[in-house]
Amino acid sequence: MTDIGLGHYLTLGAVIFSIGVIGIFLNRKNIIVILMSIELILLAVNINLVSFSIYLNDLSGQVFTLFILTVAAAEAAIGLAIIVVYYRNAGTIRVEEIDNLKG
Amino acid sequence: MIPHAIFFYIFSIIAIISAIMVTVSKNTVHSVFFLILDFISISCLFIMIGAEFLGMIMLIVYVGAVAVLFLFVVMMLNVAQQKNQWFVSKENSSHIPVGLIISAIIFFELIIVIGGWKYRPELFNANSSQITNDVSNTHSLGQILYTDYIHIFQISGMILLIAMIGAIVLTFRQREGVKTQSYLKQISRERSEGVEVLEVPSNRGVKIDD
Repeated sequence: MTDIGLGHYLTLGAVIFSIGVIGIFLNRKNIIVILMSIELILLAVNINLVSFSIYLNDLSGQVFTLFILTVAAAEAAIGLAIIVVYYRNAGTIRVEEIDNLKG
Repeated sequence: MIPHAIFFYIFSIIAIISAIMVTVSKNTVHSVFFLILDFISISCLFIMIGAEFLGMIMLIVYVGAVAVLFLFVVMMLNVAQQKNQWFVSKENSSHIPVGLIISAIIFFELIIVIGGWKYRPELFNANSSQITNDVSNTHSLGQILYTDYIHIFQISGMILLIAMIGAIVLTFRQREGVKTQSYLKQISRERSEGVEVLEVPSNRGVKIDD
């Protein structure tokens, strides 16, 4: 209980990953919350990489975390730009009203 | 070990609760606030287990840039009347229980993998880029980032550049009735259309504004 090991950090990553997946699946609000859930999932992946890197004494995990941070920032910028353009054209970003493709 | 455990539980409980609040809170602005809290507590965890550089970078990139970007977009779009919509759909759709079940299955699979994982003892310290205690975390990260991973580093810079160009191209729009400078027109002006030589009759002057 008081001896924090690799498993504790991996469990934290798994919990946050699952919360992010639930947020994507059950979202009824707007698309911005879905983007935030994707950020949560990337955060969980970062937790896993950093904890493996520390406990296996290997620095390359932290380097990959740096690249994941880069990709996450680029993805958030592009996603938010797409949302702004969609809101300007359609006037709504509610999930259930975005059905142009009739899927 | 005891203070490590205490701080780990404090930060991870705050992180999990704020992650739940990101998905369930009815107001989108509150979701962004809880996202910021989540990033801050996870970066505290990173700093605690010895990845100081990444913890600080997470504070700068996520809290300073990404979350503020989210906040700007939430304030710019009119999402205030779109709250109170969690778990409520127009017709009774079946994807809510299916989504819950699949999320639970994903979680239990991850837990099974984590719990049943055993490492071979020679796996520890059996790598090329080991963490040494001679130099700081930032120093050692820079030593392998600019040597072994230099190509990936440059490609990530290209990704950021392309993302910037893409965001600008997507959101740029030409508005009517906005007075802007036309550089091409200014540069390509000839002397003949700018200057006119007039014969001025004495004692009568000349009208120029017509």
